[in-house]
Amino acid sequence: MTELPLAIDLARMQFAFTVSFHIVFPAFSIGLASYLAVLEALWLKTGRQVYIDLFQYWVKIFALAFGMGVVSGIVMSYQFGTNWSVFSDKTGPVLGPLMGYEVLSAFFLEAGFLGVMLFGMNKVGKGLHFLATLMVAAGTLFSAFWILSVNSWMQTPAGYGINEMGQFIPVNWVEIIFNPSFPYRLVHMVLAAYLTTAFVVGGVGAYHLLRDRSNQAARVMFSMAMWMAAIVAPVQIVAGDLHGLNTLEHQPAKVAAMEGHFETQRGAPLILFGLPDMEAEETRYAIEIPRLGSMILTHDWNGEVKGLKEWPPEERPNATLVFWSFRVMVGIGFAMMALGAWSLWLRLRKSLYDAKGTYLAAMIMGPSGFIAVLAGWITTEVGRQPYTVYGLLKTLDSASPLDAPAVAVSLAVFAGVYFVVFGAGVFYILRLMGKSPDSGESGLDAGVPSRAAGGIAVYADTNQSQPAE
Amino acid sequence: MGIDLAFIWAGLIAVAILAYVILDGFDLGIGILFPFLKGVRHRDQAMNTVAPVWDGNETWLVLGGGGLFAVFPLAYAIILPALYAPIIAMLIGLIFRGVAFEFRWRTNRWKTTWDMSFFLGSLTASFAQGVTLGALIQGIEVSGRAYAGGWWDWLTPFSLMCGVALVVGYGLLGATWLIMKTDGTLNSRAYHLSWFLAAGMALVMGIVSIWTPFLDPKFMQRWFSAPSIYYVSVVPVITFALFVALVLSLNAKRDGRPFLISLALFLISYIGLGISMYPFMIPPSITIWQAAAPDESLRFLLTGTVVLLPVIVIYTAYSYWVFRGKTRSGEGYH
Repeated sequence: MTELPLAIDLARMQFAFTVSFHIVFPAFSIGLASYLAVLEALWLKTGRQVYIDLFQYWVKIFALAFGMGVVSGIVMSYQFGTNWSVFSDKTGPVLGPLMGYEVLSAFFLEAGFLGVMLFGMNKVGKGLHFLATLMVAAGTLFSAFWILSVNSWMQTPAGYGINEMGQFIPVNWVEIIFNPSFPYRLVHMVLAAYLTTAFVVGGVGAYHLLRDRSNQAARVMFSMAMWMAAIVAPVQIVAGDLHGLNTLEHQPAKVAAMEGHFETQRGAPLILFGLPDMEAEETRYAIEIPRLGSMILTHDWNGEVKGLKEWPPEERPNATLVFWSFRVMVGIGFAMMALGAWSLWLRLRKSLYDAKGTYLAAMIMGPSGFIAVLAGWITTEVGRQPYTVYGLLKTLDSASPLDAPAVAVSLAVFAGVYFVVFGAGVFYILRLMGKSPDSGESGLDAGVPSRAAGGIAVYADTNQSQPAE
Repeated sequence: MGIDLAFIWAGLIAVAILAYVILDGFDLGIGILFPFLKGVRHRDQAMNTVAPVWDGNETWLVLGGGGLFAVFPLAYAIILPALYAPIIAMLIGLIFRGVAFEFRWRTNRWKTTWDMSFFLGSLTASFAQGVTLGALIQGIEVSGRAYAGGWWDWLTPFSLMCGVALVVGYGLLGATWLIMKTDGTLNSRAYHLSWFLAAGMALVMGIVSIWTPFLDPKFMQRWFSAPSIYYVSVVPVITFALFVALVLSLNAKRDGRPFLISLALFLISYIGLGISMYPFMIPPSITIWQAAAPDESLRFLLTGTVVLLPVIVIYTAYSYWVFRGKTRSGEGYH
């Protein structure tokens, strides 16, 4: 752990702040776009009104979340240059084209078809509209593909050379894109996005069922969400475990921090809880299960597990933070699996729509996916420190020639703006979620000004108020 | 070498930035004109003309930034720190502008607030983009592979003038777009505003054009010495002809034409800018070739761009086609 100059610490804070705010929206829109595509497909296939009602209900929420994802994402695309210009200059030749492909294959696809998806129901036929919905969903997944490839390369760089200017240069694109940690990270993140959305949908469904357990649309969304939880949560835990083993192979220091191990030992315990102390180089108040750490990480009761003392102090990630963020993520993962399993039990007993306690639990779990996603990103990003490109480029050597006051001012401005703007956005989303999904739900429909769906358009000059739904 | 990849990419990035300026220009322009539109109905109608397309328009900005990072990483790494404050201001402006599209429909009490957010956001973003452009033209101090100037180097009378110029220009694009896309009282209002903005555009274009050559002897040489003067002198002639055509089309109430002529005015300004700057990526010291990434990076991204860019243009055009024609008052796109 080295002390970084103030300006660089502020730049790191700014990145952490803006990227944390940003990731919440894509995580939600990746899952929601796929969910909307499923709803529309079911509607086209069965013709049941409830599916189109749900589509119209969630599409308004999607429009808000997507809009916030776009504007917070533009900030990210310029922040590499403003605060991390040395990183940009050195990694541009390798990472730039991947981000270029993200724009060309994902962002334009999403943006190009979003208009048709939101406003085009009556302008184009059902088939074309469904195509637009599919394209938007595909765009969100392409976006995940490219940006996770970029992040994975920073974690496990491969397929590169270094030129005389000190830039990373591409040698093998396949090795760069499909670098060692990429497949694991991609699966883990897409599943996380799906679970996050499932729990939001389930929580909203549960809320409306608590108010009226005969609400048909709420029943359908709650049931769909619980299927997702039951099936995807266990798969995610397995995927996470495999991702962890891949991290152990390529970034053992990160795993040592996650586990709170300072000493390298055979037959290492699994530390359930404790307080890793970087100064004292020990995890205090540890509650541990003997030998289980070795078993999980090496599949051998006596396997050797490396501790942080293997690395000099200036090359250790901050275990205090990583240890706990990792536990928050894992804890939520198991809670999700438990709720999914419980819902299966209720289905067997035919009492899924008569379970007030379960509804309450699902409502409380509604935002849990976001917390897990943030905790997971904190684990992997803080665990990558002190490097931006693992083992090759230090965070300390990545920043622009920065001036602390300028970074502090821009950080303060971003913080203020984000809380006001995205606070308002989240409030509007919650308000939409608070309304019951009705039969004949108007998406963005004819007769009212576009985008007035869910709001109320009042024309001052005629004093005529039109209820939007 | 064979093909000069850096040159091709400079052309592609230039096209991406031009596409951004033209497309996002008119929707930023509508934001700039918001205070001059009377009543909720006009504002709703104006916003509805761009609601389905603004997001795609803004994506060109991400392509410009992302493309610069990919193929001219050195330029990206120098320009952005050099223009720290205007870039941040632009981003903040775009946030307020972008969310207003969604938020203003969701509330009655705060609708006016989000209208204000739409206006101020658009204004700030446009002004900041103009300042950024002006600062780039006047040159950036570089030493080694990094920006070497101060925090306020971008702030000069010239860059502020460019900020004003771009706001006026976007305003003209917005007003002529409204002429094309609306009818009734809003259409008349848009004509009225276009007259003022056309006059303003003539003024700011004149000032910036005359000012630019005095910034750098290289610019002066390009514009006012043989042999280049023989072919660059067409630029002011075409510009003058375009203004005449703009006045005539506004007078004749040709709904689509003023917008197209305004686009042509942007195009000619852009070509003039290119003439001044070529072959520099960052005046006065970094050329296109010095800023370029290794050929392997350029080739890899070019391969996909050749395929994807035409596809993007086709479905973007399709999206505009779906929402073609006039947007009637009180009728949304659905």
